[in-house]
Amino acid sequence: MKRKLIFSVIAFASALMVQAQTADEIIAKYFENTGGIAKWKAVQGFKMSAKVNQGGMEIPLEIIQLKDGRQATKITFQGKDVMQGVYDGKTLWSHNFMNMKAEKSDAEATENFKKEIGEFPDPFLNYKEKGYKVELLGKETVDGTETFKIKLTKKPIKVDGVETDNVVFYYFDAENFVPLMSESEIKSGPAKGQIAQNKMSDYQDAGGLLVPFSMAQGVKGGGSQPLTITSVEVNPKVDDKLFTYPEGN
Amino acid sequence: MKKHYLIVASLFLSVSSAFSQDAVTKGKELFGDLRARHIGPALMSGRITDIELHPTNDRVIFAGTAGGGVWKSSNGGATFNPIFDDYCQSIGAVEIDPSNPDNVIWVGTGETWTRNSVSVGDGLYKTVDGGTNWKKIGFEKSERIAGVQVNPKNPNEIYVAVLGPLWNDSEERGLYKTTDGGATWNKILYVNQKTGCSDLTLDPKDPNIVYASFWEFRRQPWSFSSGGESSALYKSTDGGKTFAKIHNGFPKGALGRLAIAVAPSNTNILYTVIESKEDKDKGLYRSDDAGASWKQLNNDFGIVVRPFYFSRIEVDPRNPDVVVKAGLLGSISRDGGKTFKNLGPNHSDVHDIVFDIKNSDRMFAATDGGIYRSWDGGTTLEMVENMPVCQFYHVSVDNEEPYNVYGGLQDNGCWFGPSQSPGGVEARDWKRVGVGDGYRVYAHPTKKLIYSEMQGAENVWRFDVAKDQAKTVQPLAGKGDPKLRFNWNAAMAISAHKPDRFYMGSQFVHRSEDMGETWVKISPDLTTNDPSKQNQEDSGGLSRDNSGAENHCTVFTIAESPLDENIVWAGTDDGNLQITKDGGKTWTNVVANVPGLPKNTLVYHIEASVFGKGNAYAVFTGYQTGDKNTYVYKTTDFGATWKSIVTPEIYGFARNIQEDYENENLLFLGTEFGLYITLNGGKNWYKFTNNMPAANVHFIELHKKTNDLVVATHGRGIIILDDISPLRQLTEENMNKDLHFFTMKPTSISESNGFGGGSTETQFVGENPSRAAKIMYYLKKRHTLGKMSLEIQDANGNKITELGPGKSKGINVVEWNYNTKPPKMAAAKTFAFGGFTSPRVPAGTYKVIIQKGKETYTNDLVVQYDPKSEVSLADRKAQEEATKKLFNMAEELAYMVYTLDEYIKISEEVKVANAQGKKIAEPFIKDLNGLKEKLVVTKGDNYVGAAEPQLREKMAELYAKVADSYYKPNQAELSNLEAIESRFTESKAEFKKIKDKNLPKITGFKSKDGALQPLILKTFEEFKREP
Repeated sequence: MKRKLIFSVIAFASALMVQAQTADEIIAKYFENTGGIAKWKAVQGFKMSAKVNQGGMEIPLEIIQLKDGRQATKITFQGKDVMQGVYDGKTLWSHNFMNMKAEKSDAEATENFKKEIGEFPDPFLNYKEKGYKVELLGKETVDGTETFKIKLTKKPIKVDGVETDNVVFYYFDAENFVPLMSESEIKSGPAKGQIAQNKMSDYQDAGGLLVPFSMAQGVKGGGSQPLTITSVEVNPKVDDKLFTYPEGN
Repeated sequence: MKKHYLIVASLFLSVSSAFSQDAVTKGKELFGDLRARHIGPALMSGRITDIELHPTNDRVIFAGTAGGGVWKSSNGGATFNPIFDDYCQSIGAVEIDPSNPDNVIWVGTGETWTRNSVSVGDGLYKTVDGGTNWKKIGFEKSERIAGVQVNPKNPNEIYVAVLGPLWNDSEERGLYKTTDGGATWNKILYVNQKTGCSDLTLDPKDPNIVYASFWEFRRQPWSFSSGGESSALYKSTDGGKTFAKIHNGFPKGALGRLAIAVAPSNTNILYTVIESKEDKDKGLYRSDDAGASWKQLNNDFGIVVRPFYFSRIEVDPRNPDVVVKAGLLGSISRDGGKTFKNLGPNHSDVHDIVFDIKNSDRMFAATDGGIYRSWDGGTTLEMVENMPVCQFYHVSVDNEEPYNVYGGLQDNGCWFGPSQSPGGVEARDWKRVGVGDGYRVYAHPTKKLIYSEMQGAENVWRFDVAKDQAKTVQPLAGKGDPKLRFNWNAAMAISAHKPDRFYMGSQFVHRSEDMGETWVKISPDLTTNDPSKQNQEDSGGLSRDNSGAENHCTVFTIAESPLDENIVWAGTDDGNLQITKDGGKTWTNVVANVPGLPKNTLVYHIEASVFGKGNAYAVFTGYQTGDKNTYVYKTTDFGATWKSIVTPEIYGFARNIQEDYENENLLFLGTEFGLYITLNGGKNWYKFTNNMPAANVHFIELHKKTNDLVVATHGRGIIILDDISPLRQLTEENMNKDLHFFTMKPTSISESNGFGGGSTETQFVGENPSRAAKIMYYLKKRHTLGKMSLEIQDANGNKITELGPGKSKGINVVEWNYNTKPPKMAAAKTFAFGGFTSPRVPAGTYKVIIQKGKETYTNDLVVQYDPKSEVSLADRKAQEEATKKLFNMAEELAYMVYTLDEYIKISEEVKVANAQGKKIAEPFIKDLNGLKEKLVVTKGDNYVGAAEPQLREKMAELYAKVADSYYKPNQAELSNLEAIESRFTESKAEFKKIKDKNLPKITGFKSKDGALQPLILKTFEEFKREP
């Protein structure tokens, strides 16, 4: 029922098709079309069940993100849970795949991560208060579809000791104002200097919010790996222990 | 002198560029995620025109290239990435704004090292985010920008040196300045229509001091002229308001190309390199008084050689007496310019050399063969190995599987390499089959021989691949022959009718029926034979430059009809379009029948059609006379009439066209700014931009067997668009459906699984085509709202796997690697890696089911075994059965371990309930754990801490071997299977025994508080379903 309502709001908005003039108008439309700003502000956490297909193997993932910055991704292989990108409020850690022990991320990655904590549930929500800046760069065709390209400048991060701008480009569908793709430069690792892309689709209702149930991540010019979200729980109950870095494991 | 010149930002989009932008957008809407792949190579790289260092961060380096756009390194030059793919790829100058160096970069397009094959630029570009997004700022007609300088104290004050067009007069030339960040520009110094601004620098200590050199130059297809009375070096001390020549100490008379450099550590010290009439006056000059007077210091060969190609001077930022000069090898002086030595061995033809911002031992050189790094002040140089900016002139393919590509490169010889290779197309996969400037290369249609050539057909080789032997076979002037005039890029062709036939073009068409052993002239002089265009000895201007590159009045292209061996087309560089229908007895020049074509326009390519003997396409290129229009024509009557198939959607002059072999209306066109495709015979053109940069396309080949489009770019290597056959099905009717499945040929499971992968981390590796099955469909609209899924089912409707569907408007490509799901493995302490293997499906017809909202779309997908394989069907069945057996065993074991774990769980509860419980539970738990230790590993880790493998691990290991193999299981595998099977049977019996003895006691146990939680087990089916 709810989902229907959101769809009809979009249909209505696109029928009017008032040409969006500014980045702020586009962002406002985005929130309006995806459940309303009040609903977005009320979000305390997401718990998503998802799967990726790797060489025929369907890998189940559970992704938890909370407003206070805590997060975890649980991947299940052969009945074993592997934790990745876990933050307990202090430490960012992951399991090493070789010995399955928890290891801390390097200090710089942790610091960079902390800078983005306030971003939840959406980087554009109250972006000004977060110290972020937005700029409408114009229109661009993404996946054969007209989009508004918005540059989001976040707080600078450190890359190998050097302070570096942290910029993400979002491409909002010109018809229904949801992001179809985000792009950012990869700052470290073997793909450093290349552009990471994340394509969003299959927007569906989750607790009154319209969120993408499919995200395809890849590198610009290369292929991508779709992540299919099977369920999204808004404001889930979670066990605090899940996030805790296991000292001395 | 000073001319006010205003460019209004909003007027940049002229009508024609609006059309060409339309072709880009429409292309994006049509081609969806159909994507080209790059195979490089990068082992010889290509010409680099300009290197620009970040002023404070020595990890960041930008490089402009001759035809490969702008590249950025953020790791100190270890590797570079392209950042300018959507725009003109010929780069004159890259400039970082010193006051905002992380973000603001200016790029002036149009290379200024004006060799005969140089491309053209189309203006000035700017980024404000470090190169992620670019905007054109103007100067569309500048053709070449030699320098951009930003006032370090005022980023709104920018100078632009417009060298201007190479082949025609232009008022665009001159030095420009903006004081409002580029919104408006003033031309602050203009000399004349022939003389452009060739070098520019600001005094780093006082940006009001501007030095600019002007160069009078002109190229024609048949000659080059450097120098004249208008060339000069100017200085301004008032920010460009006024300029004065600073020639005190210069030689008298005409001057050529002049370079200028200021020593950053002492800005009174200037260096210039002068091209002048007398050899004794040429060379390096130095001023110690900021240009008031000059002294000649050196005129070594390395300093004066080919000024149009090598001009740049750089001074060590810390030492005014250390100076480097670009040149054939590159020169360095450590005594203030008095004496020079060559840089250490590197690729010849050095165009720029820079010193690191912090450490003068660290240097970078821009060469015809890529960027070189030095760590010891230029003595030892090593190449950057990940920049495939090589400049192909031509490409051809053979019929091997996988097929090879062949081609010649600017200053980098002739090569061939595979279109795919295990681990990717690596540097070591390429083989050299010629030296010098390489042009056309062809494989003999049936023998393992290759024809290749170097510039001007100086050598034409017939290369025997097996013997590794080369033999020269070019036509030579015999008794009574005039001098043979070969183009620098000499015409060559082979025949679809006679494998040993080989054509070459001088002013004549030469034909050999024995692979170049004997030649017969089958034409008269087909050119205009204009003597005024044949004085190459006098070419060069102040510095004679008779390299042969300007040879003119030559046959440039030859095409034998694929339908009739007696029909041969020949096009000349001076604009004759000739045809013979009788194998060369008589020739007719049909160029006069081509409407709207200026006289003497170079016939770049003739494509003899497969759709009719009289059908052909002709592509003409006039840029070498300043005419940048696009000329592409079609005839269906042997050239009696021609029709233009050009629309305003096409941007850039064209060099090549390729027709599809099945759909007459499907054509591929290469222009100076990219690849265009038409579906309706040229009424509309789409630009293809998916991983296809706006590189200049010199040649296109369509591989007949694979339908791969192989594109030779002059700056980005070989780019392949795999299997274009779906484009044949893009009819209006199909494009009007919400979702249209393309009909695909049966897909076969490739059985090669070599290792490859011998490249290091900083080397380029060309992308292989995917070996997966391709599911392709056209979507009328991007899927954004609601659920969309894609499932593969077998013929009986059983689900095989689920794949992530493509959502783009236009063509979508979903890949399936023929895998089903891997077995559900028993839980244990560590992973059984073999258990991650998914079995392949057998050959057969599968169903693709797309669910999009409420709509369901289905299509068949036929999978076949590798037709090249020698594996028998019986062997395949044996492999599939053994795989199935091990798969089922692994899942059965997984369920057994699950059951066992559940027994332990319930027994633990019984154990703590009371003494009686403890008594019955303890032996059960002990027995269960004892058994479990033999079933799965219960300790250790996934690496070298691994425990001794148990039944699960042994099963998984064998399963993976058998499932991955294309062969029937060998004896060792079968006997291993037997051993595992019997151990499993024993374990099952043991489990049953333990269970029968103990389980009833546990399930029957009642504590004082009543019954404990009952034992509820999932069924085997339920268990398998969950992840």
